[in-house]
Amino acid sequence: MSERCIIPIGPYHPLLEEPEFFKFYVEGEKVVDAELRIGYNHRGIEKLGESKTYDQLPFLVERICGICSTSHPIANVQAAEDISGIEIPERAKYIRTIVGELERIESHLLWVGLAGHFIGYNTVFMWAWRYREPVLDMFEIITGNRNHYAMMKVGGVRRDIKDEDIPGLEKALSEVDSFTKMLTDAVLDDPIIQARTKGVGVLRKKDAIEMCVVGPTARPSGLKIDVRKDHPYAAYDRINFDVITREEGDVFAKAVVRLLEILESVKIIRQCLKKMPAGPIEVEVREIGKGEGIGLHEAPRGEVFHYIRSNGSNYPERVKIRAPSFMNVPSFKKTVIGESIADAALITAAVDPCYCCTERMAAIDVGTGKEIMDGQKLIKLSQEKTEQLRK
Amino acid sequence: MSREIIEKIRERFKEKVEIFEKSPKRIYVNVDKKDSPNVIQYLFEDLGARFSIASGVDTRAGIEILYHMAFDNENLFVTVRTLAPKPNPEIDSIVLFLPGAEWIEREIHDLLGVNFIGHPNLERLLLSDDWPEGKYPLRKEEES
Repeated sequence: MSERCIIPIGPYHPLLEEPEFFKFYVEGEKVVDAELRIGYNHRGIEKLGESKTYDQLPFLVERICGICSTSHPIANVQAAEDISGIEIPERAKYIRTIVGELERIESHLLWVGLAGHFIGYNTVFMWAWRYREPVLDMFEIITGNRNHYAMMKVGGVRRDIKDEDIPGLEKALSEVDSFTKMLTDAVLDDPIIQARTKGVGVLRKKDAIEMCVVGPTARPSGLKIDVRKDHPYAAYDRINFDVITREEGDVFAKAVVRLLEILESVKIIRQCLKKMPAGPIEVEVREIGKGEGIGLHEAPRGEVFHYIRSNGSNYPERVKIRAPSFMNVPSFKKTVIGESIADAALITAAVDPCYCCTERMAAIDVGTGKEIMDGQKLIKLSQEKTEQLRK
Repeated sequence: MSREIIEKIRERFKEKVEIFEKSPKRIYVNVDKKDSPNVIQYLFEDLGARFSIASGVDTRAGIEILYHMAFDNENLFVTVRTLAPKPNPEIDSIVLFLPGAEWIEREIHDLLGVNFIGHPNLERLLLSDDWPEGKYPLRKEEES
C-alpha cells in the first residue's frame, strides 16, 4: 500500500480566477479524501443589504457576481414582489426572460471555454470565448453594459428593448446557435474529450438528491429540476422549451447538458422576441408591506434563492441569499474521491463553481495608483463604443 | 395540490404544527425546535421535498431558523419555522439525514452563533481564523 500524501491546491485561483483552497489526500495517484476551505471572499453582503432600500438592493446584489450578474437581481426583486403580491406588466416579464437567457448563453459559453482549457484543449477555449463576445455586445446594446446590466427593479424593468435593436440580437443568436451546434457535434465525437471526461467524476442520482444540488449539476445526474418549469416566473410559462437531463452524472454529461441548454436558451429568446407585447415595462410600487417573501430564479448554475423579511419600512429586516454554488460545490466530496489526482481540477470545475456567489462578495477594486482617465472620460469612451456597436 | 400536503403535515403532526398559507405557492409551518427535525425529515424523506436552504434571522426572542423546502412538482415552497432562544441558541442538526445542510448549518453557526447539536464538523466556513470568538456579524447588535 502506498503512503498517504496531502496535495494542497490553492488558494490562488486553482481553477477559475477565484480563491479557494483544496486539500486532496492521495495514495499514489488516487484521491482518497478531500477538504475544502473557503471564506477568502466573504464580504458580508447580506448584512449590507439590511442598510439598503428596496430600490438600492438590486444594485447591491447585482455585484455579488460578474458572470451571473442578473440572476441575483431577478431573484431579489421577485422576493420583494412576493411579499405583497405585486404583479408586473407583461412586457416586463418578457424582458426579464430575455435578459436571463442571454446571461445563460454567455455563462455556459464561458464554462465550455474554461473546461476546454482545463483539459489542455485551448482551441475550445478560443472558440467559445470568441462566440461569447457577440452576446456581450448584445448586452451592451440592450442594457448599456457588458456586465452588471441594472435592468431589474421591484415592479418591472428599468429599460425597454428597442425595436431597432432586435435584428442585431437575432443575428447574434443565429451565430451562437450554429456555433453551439457545431461545437456540440465536435465534443460528442472527439475521442480525446471523451477519454478525459466520460465516466469521470460521477455524481450518482442518490447523492445528488442527498446533497440537494441544483441546476446543471443536478440535471446530468438524472434529476429533472428546473425553476423555470417547476416554479414558473417571468414569461417562462408562456414559452416552449425542454429541460435537458442526462443519466450518467459524469463530467461529459455535465458538458453536454450545458451545451444543449445554450440551444434551448436561443429557442426561448426567439419565442420571446416574437411574442413580446407592447405596453408599459413597470408598475408603480409605493411601498413594500410587512411580511416575508421568497424569490427564485434559474441562474446558469442552478436555482438562486432570495428570502426577504420586511418590517414595513423602506429597509429590509433580513436578506438571505443562497447562490447555486453553495449547494453544488460540496458535492465534490462525492465526485472526486476515488479518482485520479490529474482529473481532480476538472471534476471540481465541472460544477462551474462560483465562489463570489457562494461567499457573496463585491467586485474587487484594483488600484494602479495612476490616474490615466477620470470617470467622465471613461463614461464618454464607453458611450462611444456602444454607438459604434450599433452601426 | 398544496391542500394535500397541508393535510398530510397536519395529520402527521397534529397540534404540534401551526400552518399558515401565505399564498397557494408559499406555506409557512411553525413548529417547536424539538419537533422541527422530525418535520423536515418527514418532508424530505416521505414527501420527497428538496431542501433548498435554511435562513437564520435574529429576533428579540432568539434566532429564528427557517428551513425552506421545495416541492418542485407542485410549484410550492414549504418553510418550516422554528426558534432557538437566546442567550445560547441551540438546535438539533439535520445533517444526519440531510447531508446537503452541512454548509448552511456551519454558515449560521459562523454568522449568528447557533449551536447545531450533532453536526459532524461545525468548523468555521466563511469567517477567517482570526475573527474574534463570540462575535456574530449577522446579529442585530453588530452594525453594518
